[in-house]
Amino acid sequence: MHELSIASSIVEAVIESAAAYPGARVKEVRLRLGALSAVVEDSLRFCWELTIADTSLAGALLAIKTVPVVVHCPACGKNSQLESVQSFRCPLCGELTADLLEGRELEIESIELEEPDQAEPDLTPDQVKE
Amino acid sequence: MTTRIVELRRGILKKNDELAAGLRLRFNAAGVLVLNLVSSPGTGKTAFLERTLRELLARGFRAAALVGDLETDNDARRLAASGAPVRQINTHGICHLDAEMISKHLAGWDTVTGANGAELAGLDFLFIENVGNLVCPSSYDLGEKIRVALLSVTEGEDKPLKYPTLFNSADAAVITKIDIAEPCDFDRTLALKNINEIRPGIKIFETSAKTGAGMEEWLAWLAAERAAPERLKS
Repeated sequence: MHELSIASSIVEAVIESAAAYPGARVKEVRLRLGALSAVVEDSLRFCWELTIADTSLAGALLAIKTVPVVVHCPACGKNSQLESVQSFRCPLCGELTADLLEGRELEIESIELEEPDQAEPDLTPDQVKE
Repeated sequence: MTTRIVELRRGILKKNDELAAGLRLRFNAAGVLVLNLVSSPGTGKTAFLERTLRELLARGFRAAALVGDLETDNDARRLAASGAPVRQINTHGICHLDAEMISKHLAGWDTVTGANGAELAGLDFLFIENVGNLVCPSSYDLGEKIRVALLSVTEGEDKPLKYPTLFNSADAAVITKIDIAEPCDFDRTLALKNINEIRPGIKIFETSAKTGAGMEEWLAWLAAERAAPERLKS
């Protein structure tokens, strides 16, 4: 439901970051979304297309990597990945744990830019002599 | 054409998070304890908050509320009947509150509370009643110290399992409408177990805004949290 707000935040952030590379076109935006991020991928993709349509990002692809939930278990001291978010129990020893290490990510990992090739600089007369 | 990968490693909601961090500093500096109340529509957030405000004011605390809804100021009018200063935030279709909306609605709050000097200094508690929604508000930090997830006995004991993101992000849980638990066949043990499976060790209150059951414990906890020195550290 809030994917439209999320898509707008991504577009705003990417346009801001891409401004450092004048003339470049954004080909792809790569996201890391935690299993607990509360973002629905299909809904985000739908909103993405709507949001980029009239911006400099038009045509940019969205690559989404889902980050599983990783907890630290204070009872056995180990970190492990949860298979489901229905129960925050250490899969190794079965103890409940509130120590969440990963799984809430809502992050732009990187962007892929396509830049026009740099024109060779004109040689100065001095350089020509050498 | 050449291709370049630029690493950003940037939070999608970085702007909201930065704004919320600024709000948190302001709240801490003013010594006001801020709570963000989140639940489905119909859980009874407003009735619970109405009673909380009334009881806090009767105990000599200064409490205020910001209330978010898509439309209408009905909730603000209900809450204002408690005597506390209240402001309505209408999101006009947006399904959650964000830090910017909070920031905008705090402007001039001194004149509302009648307090002099530093902003918000006239307050002990500020409650933010979020838009009724168990999904979207979980991603938006409002600068609150305590996020409270509410669940009513009419909603089904498996609500925490269906909405783990929100319940996992909460600092306290409140079960509301316990006065009608019996006709609703509410399985208390199962509800408590489910909340604890999603957010192990969370503080859980069982309340009825109608009869006042459980309110005493909730109010005592609020007062203790307000007084706890670590709560006021920046």
